[in-house]
Amino acid sequence: MRAPLRPGFALKLALRESRYGFRRVGVYMASITLGVAALVSIHSFRDDFSRSVQEEADVLMGANARFADDKPIGPEIRAVIDSLRDEGVESARVTTASSMILAPTSDVVRLLQVRALDQGYPYYGDVATEPAGVWGAHLEPGKVLVDPAVLTQLRVSIGDSLVVGTVRLVIAGTVDDLPTDVAFQAAIGPRIHISQESMERAGLVGFGSLARYEVYLRLPDQNERGGLRDRYSEVLRASGVSYRLAEEQAQSLANGVRFLGRFLALVGLAALLLGGVGVASAIHVYIRERRPGIAVLRCIGAGQSTAFLAYLIQAAWLGLLGASGGVVLGVVLQEVMPIVLAGVLPVDVNTRLSLPSIAAGLGIGVWVAVVFALIPLLQVRDVPPLAAIRQDFEARRRRFDLPRLAAYLALAASVLLLCALEAPEPEIGIGFALGLAVAGGTIAAVGLGLTHLTRRFFPARASYPVRQGVSNLFRPQNQTVSVTLALGFGAFVIGMIVQVEASLRDDLTMSAGDGQPNLLLFDIQTDQLAGILELVGEDAQADVSPLVTGRVAQINRISVDSLRANPDPEQRPDAWAVRREYRNTYRATLGRAETLISGQWWDGTPGTEDGTPVDYGRLPRVSLEQDVAESLRVGLGDTIAWDISGTQIETVITSLRRVDWGRLEPNFFAIFEPGVLDDAPQNILLVARIPSDEERARVQRDLVGVFPNVSALDFSRVQEAIESVLSRVRQAVAFLGGFSALAGIIVLIGALATSRMQRLREGALLKTLGARRNQVMTVLFAEYLALGSIATASGLLLAIGASAIVVPQVFEIDYTVRLGSVGVIWLVVVSLTVLTGLVGSRDLLRRPPLPVLREAPE
Amino acid sequence: MIVAEGLEKTYTSGGRPLPVLRSLDLQIEAESFVSVVGPSGSGKTTLLGLLAGLDEPSGGRVVLDGVDMFSLTEDGRAEFRSQNVGFVFQTFHLLPTLTALENVLVPLELRGEGRSARGRAEALLERVGLGDRLDHYPAQLSGGEQQRVALARAFANRPKILFADEPTGNLDRETGASIVEMLEELNREAYTTLVLVTHDLSLAERAHRVVSLAGGRVASDRPGTDSGPL
Repeated sequence: MRAPLRPGFALKLALRESRYGFRRVGVYMASITLGVAALVSIHSFRDDFSRSVQEEADVLMGANARFADDKPIGPEIRAVIDSLRDEGVESARVTTASSMILAPTSDVVRLLQVRALDQGYPYYGDVATEPAGVWGAHLEPGKVLVDPAVLTQLRVSIGDSLVVGTVRLVIAGTVDDLPTDVAFQAAIGPRIHISQESMERAGLVGFGSLARYEVYLRLPDQNERGGLRDRYSEVLRASGVSYRLAEEQAQSLANGVRFLGRFLALVGLAALLLGGVGVASAIHVYIRERRPGIAVLRCIGAGQSTAFLAYLIQAAWLGLLGASGGVVLGVVLQEVMPIVLAGVLPVDVNTRLSLPSIAAGLGIGVWVAVVFALIPLLQVRDVPPLAAIRQDFEARRRRFDLPRLAAYLALAASVLLLCALEAPEPEIGIGFALGLAVAGGTIAAVGLGLTHLTRRFFPARASYPVRQGVSNLFRPQNQTVSVTLALGFGAFVIGMIVQVEASLRDDLTMSAGDGQPNLLLFDIQTDQLAGILELVGEDAQADVSPLVTGRVAQINRISVDSLRANPDPEQRPDAWAVRREYRNTYRATLGRAETLISGQWWDGTPGTEDGTPVDYGRLPRVSLEQDVAESLRVGLGDTIAWDISGTQIETVITSLRRVDWGRLEPNFFAIFEPGVLDDAPQNILLVARIPSDEERARVQRDLVGVFPNVSALDFSRVQEAIESVLSRVRQAVAFLGGFSALAGIIVLIGALATSRMQRLREGALLKTLGARRNQVMTVLFAEYLALGSIATASGLLLAIGASAIVVPQVFEIDYTVRLGSVGVIWLVVVSLTVLTGLVGSRDLLRRPPLPVLREAPE
Repeated sequence: MIVAEGLEKTYTSGGRPLPVLRSLDLQIEAESFVSVVGPSGSGKTTLLGLLAGLDEPSGGRVVLDGVDMFSLTEDGRAEFRSQNVGFVFQTFHLLPTLTALENVLVPLELRGEGRSARGRAEALLERVGLGDRLDHYPAQLSGGEQQRVALARAFANRPKILFADEPTGNLDRETGASIVEMLEELNREAYTTLVLVTHDLSLAERAHRVVSLAGGRVASDRPGTDSGPL
């Protein structure tokens, strides 16, 4: 006969029992708290962000819709805009170009963005200026408004003048806040704001210059602006001009951040799952301690299921407490997120309490606590009534245990499901869950291996307290594996972030390192080249490339439109490759970042993989970059007809190149053989290396005076900008990576709390046997040093291994181990572990042995 | 020689003072075997702990071998125990992560003797009949075997005084008897002063002197059946 399940009794028992052990097991719930806090804050923040962006869609665009192109808006679209104007729709042009700006008072030159605007733009949102209310001054002749950074970069003040192209403009004020600014504006570089008339007079926008042309519409009726796309679809397609609605732009911004948010949620989930490991470990110890009590319950008639339910209720109750704490902390963090992420967000985010996020956090927290507690809770069933009178009596282990199997399956399924739900795509989530399992398994296995190696090969000559400390890792009911897993995972996450970021940073530094070009001059007209070469000097190793713009008209004599109509995606060329405007060059030799892989170069040099010559007849030869060739679905011997300023030139592909785009050098999809394009309309791009900062500044200054149309890009500034973006992204990721590390420390604190009696007793015993305080201290120190070192080493070894795969595969750059940073992480995590351990054990040193020995039964 | 003068110990329980020892005086001659008996709560274990300097008294003093224990720091008392005192507990108190041999070595290693002491530790384990279980962990030993390891550990540092707190309390009668015999033998051979706390009156009677506690005071102090040198 089986004892019946008595849920009422189980509930009462759970409430009474919870008075006993909650304080110690409760610490573990803090790791649930942390994970839930991460999830709630990230979920809420995602909601806040999407809402803020949608609410501000019109303000973010400054209008309701926009036409854009990278060449001047053609007559067809101008006609559309004119007819809209007749219908009462306001429109404003915004033209953006880069240009060298000189400040005559300080003699400083910088490449800045110049934005020319029509009156009225932006139609929505308030522009904050200094002095207040001067927005509009840029429309006056001879006036300019600048971003605040321009004043510091050019060392000028309001009232000074700037030389922009061929005109001189007076700074009327600064634009402190433009509501249309999106993320990374500061990294793109500061701007000056002028009128369309000033732009024309300055002569900045000429043939072949890099500029962006936009026309913004004020069209509040949503249906009407949506309807425009259908109405003018033919014209838009033919002209290649893009048409975008404010809400579409907002949506894509929101999508970008939502994607990022989902990745961050995965990091939060990892912290929560680590908490789950802590819970499992705590419940295991708790149940071992409660064994005699459970046996007594069994003796007096409580069934297995009733006893099990009583402890399950306790686990769920603890989970609920932990998760509730997490919700509170998460709501606080939600307020912090916009501050931490301010550098990478396009809008000011208004926070609002998100009930679905709170409910999800609570639910997930309790669920994780319960599902991780299930496996150790099953021990309750195995406590036989006989254990009440014979402590050492162990029930026979079950051979096939269906509930245990079910508990493991529930755990695996829960982890998979949670990851799939949180990830940007279910596949990514499942990959992440598998990755977590592999990472967790590897850390635990490496940790266990290292622990055994340490024990086996630990020098027997070491002093007794040190050996005792190391052997403590094996004490009964030890939580070495769970603590190793938790701390190791934290070290792994931080190690990974640091290694990947350092690799990216190094690659950046190398690209701009010794011997690499560091100054790029563009928009040079052919008749200006001689003068400019003289200006940069002979030592600058100037490398000159003519730029000829053109589009692909035909491939193998079939028009691009027909090729795009091909239903077979294997044969249909990619849209981006056939629609884009190519900036091609012609030259006699290969560049430094290029490798010829197939076909032959003009002089007959064969490719590294296949040197077959191509019979090109009388047609001009062209060499294509391998990826663009793939996207165009062409190979050696195929012909491409290029439309260059209205003239078609048919070419034969005689070689394919591999290009290292990571190098800051001018590289091209298509290179023509010399002689073909000599007379085509072209401008020139020049890269040079001028090591001295002063000399580089002088060249840029002189350039503005003599060749105002030529722009210069100083790579050291680009590098600074990229580094600033990188460090902001790292800040955001590290903020959440810190959660994993903290979760590790909390699991450690929990482990200390649950093993407190055991350690107290050991300490008291050692003192009784004659150990001095410093000897007891050495035992503890050795234990935590060994534990921290092994856990951190396991995590860092995995981080190095994973980085060695991820860095070359995902970022396509070389990876070398950063031993310095690995050492620093090791030191920090181990110090934290030792510190936490010693602080958590301080009463062990303080308390006299007798009360402890009497209090703590074996 | 062990001297306790006006020894007092008061615990606080439920916010109220709970006196356990009340102005207790006791003298124990060197090399004698004294058992301390009394009902539960009479203060036996507290007295033993205070005599060994494992806790601080609320009043009075303890002099062991001419040293005033509570004029020493806690480290000083630990050092004193390391040189002069051995301990046997009711619940064995072996370190679970160490083998039998390593457990016996602990007091010696704490004194920095380590390697040279290995022979002595092995001999002691041999002496208590565990010569073939040197590398076993406590969990692999029976209760009686664990107490024998504890016994070997207690004698490892050649203590002048051995305190035993209910050493047979967790053992069956037969095993308990063998432990006591060993205790007595080792005591005789090493000229150790033995202070034994026990509930077992027949065991207590084997001592030279039986001190009986009640209500935190010495209720009676009489010779045992083996009144030995007294």
